[in-house]
Amino acid sequence: MTEKLLISLTVNGEQHDDLVVESRHTLVDVLRHRLGLTGTHVGCEHGICGACTILLDGAPARACLIFAAQAEGQDIRTVESLADGGELNDLQRAFSAHHGLQCGFCTPGFLMLAEGFLAERPEATREEIREVVSANLCRCTGYQTIVDAIEDCARTRRGEVGEPR
Amino acid sequence: MKPAPFTYHRARDVAGAIALLAELGEDAKYLAGGQSLVAMMNFRLARPAHLVDLGGLRGELAYVREDDGVLRLGALTTHHQVESAPLGPDFAVLREAMSWIGHLPIRTRGTVGGSLAHGEATAEWCLLAVLLGAEVVVQGVGGRRTVPAEELFLGFFTTALEPEEMIVEVVFPRPAPHAALTEFAQRRGDFATVAAAVDLDAGRVVLGGVAPVPLRVPEAEAVLARGGTFAECAEAAAAAIDPPADGDGGAGYRRALTRTLLVQACEEAMRR
Repeated sequence: MTEKLLISLTVNGEQHDDLVVESRHTLVDVLRHRLGLTGTHVGCEHGICGACTILLDGAPARACLIFAAQAEGQDIRTVESLADGGELNDLQRAFSAHHGLQCGFCTPGFLMLAEGFLAERPEATREEIREVVSANLCRCTGYQTIVDAIEDCARTRRGEVGEPR
Repeated sequence: MKPAPFTYHRARDVAGAIALLAELGEDAKYLAGGQSLVAMMNFRLARPAHLVDLGGLRGELAYVREDDGVLRLGALTTHHQVESAPLGPDFAVLREAMSWIGHLPIRTRGTVGGSLAHGEATAEWCLLAVLLGAEVVVQGVGGRRTVPAEELFLGFFTTALEPEEMIVEVVFPRPAPHAALTEFAQRRGDFATVAAAVDLDAGRVVLGGVAPVPLRVPEAEAVLARGGTFAECAEAAAAAIDPPADGDGGAGYRRALTRTLLVQACEEAMRR
């Protein structure tokens, strides 16, 4: 029997009441198919690739490894929350400036991973950034430009100027 | 890649969750962080008819309490909470070992109790629990009991837990200032091909990836006890084990990894 649940989710500051979902629906599927927030991508669906990374109460998490019902009452943030109006945020601009993306499939996951990580650890070193981005798969960039982008964004947020490294 | 249908239940308290699971029978599972279970359900390797979500019990069961050389972890404490906890030198080994568990977005969700109950033979918490002589506090319909970690793991993904029993707390009863865990996987964050852990204070050696359960190696511990070198200890361990061969490596390769990793773990433990 396919069980239907009535849940409410808070996504990017907006509360969505009266969502009818199946208990087996993962958060990423509900974000995309019920709320139309297709910025969060679906890759492997078993927690390996990181394309579906979102923030749950500020912490990066895999939206494919969470049932939507589990996320009730938590603050969910997706990639759509980063830009303000038509204006990309500083992290997105850094990805663009450093060519931190090519095909763009993995990019929403990397952006949310980096947002969550830098919020907890604004003083992150390049080594720590390298370690953290190993969580997600990118098959275009070779990672160096992603690390450059995140490091540049972190340095700018810290008010540092001049050449890194 | 979509889970089979199931009925979702939300636990409101520990006793209620246990009563519910007992009533629902063996086709019901607890859902803690879900970082192993949901992946298995997506693959339909697991098809529980009922899930009892323990997320609502985090307020009660997620804590890190270090007191007088004893560390108590609530079962729903996440790996990332341990990684971020201000643990003293007695239990720094636990904080350091967390970086081996998957990746940050896995560690923010996965839990100590969930990992132990899952019983994967290379899981860091399973190794650490056996290494440090943890006492696993378990609650069932008949009340609470304590299971020594060494008696928890019976075989491949098989534990001594009754179907309705829930791990509520893990107690690390003695300080381990000179302990370390290290491992090797083809890609950082993957399941370890071999994991090696050593507690020089207690003289314990535990390996993962060489048997269906986290394996204590008395032959290697005997070398430490008589004051042998780390290399001799690692050699004794490599000779004592009968590792499996699979896509990640043959038995000989796992023995070679054991030799290398155990020396590394001993040296790291010594430096602490």
